[in-house]
Amino acid sequence: MLESYTTNIINIVNDGHSNLQPLVISRYTLANSLGLGSAATLEALRTRRSGLTPCVFEDVDLETYIAKVEALDAVRMRPDLSAYDCRNNRLAQLCLEQDGFLAATEAARQKYGAARIGVFMGTSTSGILQTELAYRHLDPQSGALPADFHYAETQNSYSLAGFVAHYLGLTGPSFVVSSACSSSAKVFANAVRMMAVGVCDAAVVGGVDSLCLSTLYGFNSLGLVSRSPCRPYDAERDGISIGEGAGFVLLERATAATSPEAMLLLGVGESSDAHHMSTPHPEGLGAIMAMQRALSAAGLQAHDIDYINLHGTATKSNDASEGKAVADVFGNKVACSSTKGWTGHLLGAAGISEAIIAMLAVEHGFIPGSVNTNRLDPAIVIDYRIENGTGEIKRVLSNSFGFGGSNCSLVLGKKS
Amino acid sequence: MMRLYVEGIGLLGPGLDGWSASRDVLAGTTPYVAAPTSLRASDMLPAAERRRAGVPIKLALAVGQEAFLQAGRDTKTTSTVFTSSGGDNDNVHAINGILATAPREVSPTRFHNSVHNAAAGYWCIAAGTHEPSTSLCAYDASFAAGLLESATQVTVDDATVVLIAYDHPYPEPLNAVRPIAAAFGMALILTPRKTEKSLATIEVDIVSGNGQETAMRDAGLEALRSGVPAARGLPLLAALARGEAAQLCIAYLDDNHLDIRIAPC
Repeated sequence: MLESYTTNIINIVNDGHSNLQPLVISRYTLANSLGLGSAATLEALRTRRSGLTPCVFEDVDLETYIAKVEALDAVRMRPDLSAYDCRNNRLAQLCLEQDGFLAATEAARQKYGAARIGVFMGTSTSGILQTELAYRHLDPQSGALPADFHYAETQNSYSLAGFVAHYLGLTGPSFVVSSACSSSAKVFANAVRMMAVGVCDAAVVGGVDSLCLSTLYGFNSLGLVSRSPCRPYDAERDGISIGEGAGFVLLERATAATSPEAMLLLGVGESSDAHHMSTPHPEGLGAIMAMQRALSAAGLQAHDIDYINLHGTATKSNDASEGKAVADVFGNKVACSSTKGWTGHLLGAAGISEAIIAMLAVEHGFIPGSVNTNRLDPAIVIDYRIENGTGEIKRVLSNSFGFGGSNCSLVLGKKS
Repeated sequence: MMRLYVEGIGLLGPGLDGWSASRDVLAGTTPYVAAPTSLRASDMLPAAERRRAGVPIKLALAVGQEAFLQAGRDTKTTSTVFTSSGGDNDNVHAINGILATAPREVSPTRFHNSVHNAAAGYWCIAAGTHEPSTSLCAYDASFAAGLLESATQVTVDDATVVLIAYDHPYPEPLNAVRPIAAAFGMALILTPRKTEKSLATIEVDIVSGNGQETAMRDAGLEALRSGVPAARGLPLLAALARGEAAQLCIAYLDDNHLDIRIAPC
């Protein structure tokens, strides 16, 4: 018989269940090449202003387009967190300061206590740019890294969650999920579980990825980088455009006082392709499982979804595979688009950023189309929208699929 | 409180060549003798993938395979949680070197092996599993984060989960700023209910404040525990090896720790 241990126990409840208890999206914010804060992204979507520009970044000599946050060079880190100074954490700080996010998390901290709020972050490359640049300045005699290089606070994957937790003064459970381009969608699943089991009462989830040479030259070596602005779902699509961005969401439990109009996280579905490290399953097997599991967790049918924000990277293989999967689960009756023609591929920040774009669609009755896409791939039979539209959008699905065959779909929106 | 059942164990580290071979050492009945970690590519992988496998993939697949063989369980129906402070550290060092000077020719294999979830990707291919896979990092607390996440998946999703933790040293110059003592991996198959294969019950709580971390009794094993983030799970394996009820403290973040009670089944 195990002795019960009662001193200072944080978690209490184990109410094992299968359906997801919806969580309230109390606040969200995002920052990317379209601007700082959610209003800037919405405005750019509405006016079809893409954030993609010809690549001018460090001394990168690739002919491609990138989506860059110009404001980063001027960001100064909060003095007590100066060791965290790197492009990725600058972007994190800049984003946390938008949309009243700091005030909302501070109110949650007062309400629940710092130890009862979790911090779950997604990133693929964290502050690796700092290391890339440091390797150009190794000591000529010893080969040592520069003295001002801070490994734990910059390069290490956990740097982002450590920074966000310190910046917000939160001390609950925390980690980074790093599963390439699904990272910051999967953090919603972590928060759901942590809150269901009672380990925390609220969670800040999010993701940040910033430009670096590793991803630009790495994706280029795989032949996956387009020389033009990326064209999702176009018959002539020929690869991704890499972008940088950040997004954060504050999640709380629904209560009796929750408004019927509140934005909710309704379902999360995760799966693995078990196919190839850098190519999706050709029939979209893992994608189908992720979407079906998300619908099932939400207790919804395919026809309950009003808009799908696709992963839509604009590579030949992703869009073909995802298109088949969406057609399999939804037929051609649900409006779909990829917004990567605006933001570029935000990699580890794609999941959170596109979840927020999908929520903007719900809040504003707005269906984003697809910039740069000219002629749809006739082999993909879904209701892919090039032009922007309007209409009542109650529930949305957002797809994120990553290297290693890591898939995650989110269902967000209103309950009724 | 989250309650889980351990059904399979895998281990590979310096002088620890598999869980079965290391049980007496961890139980304290045979002396620990450090020796380089015996790394080998898993026969779970097709030949082409085997050639491309870096140290984390070798560690992860070796410990995962040992745990599944012991449990006699199907890899296809088990969710996975991978946790590591780093990733493929040899590869990250090589890529940084390549990017520092022209021409910047990063090979496709180098790039896709550089993602933090490379070991997870190779595992899912080798194991043929479509179940969810999560790849975590929490710096020195990566093992605790992995155990906590695994416990929530077992408890909330009613899932069987294999937790696979691994770390290995960086080459210089990164080794100087982030020393990791050795290549080390461990795996635990965790189930929501007791089965006829269950070895022990584990109860996990996250607790506020700093606790007194449970150390290894042997100095060499304690150096390994404190010198490798993934090896912070060694006290748990030692308790399992002794086959006795035990209460352990594993440090998590600055302001909390995991309280773990183990009892043999």
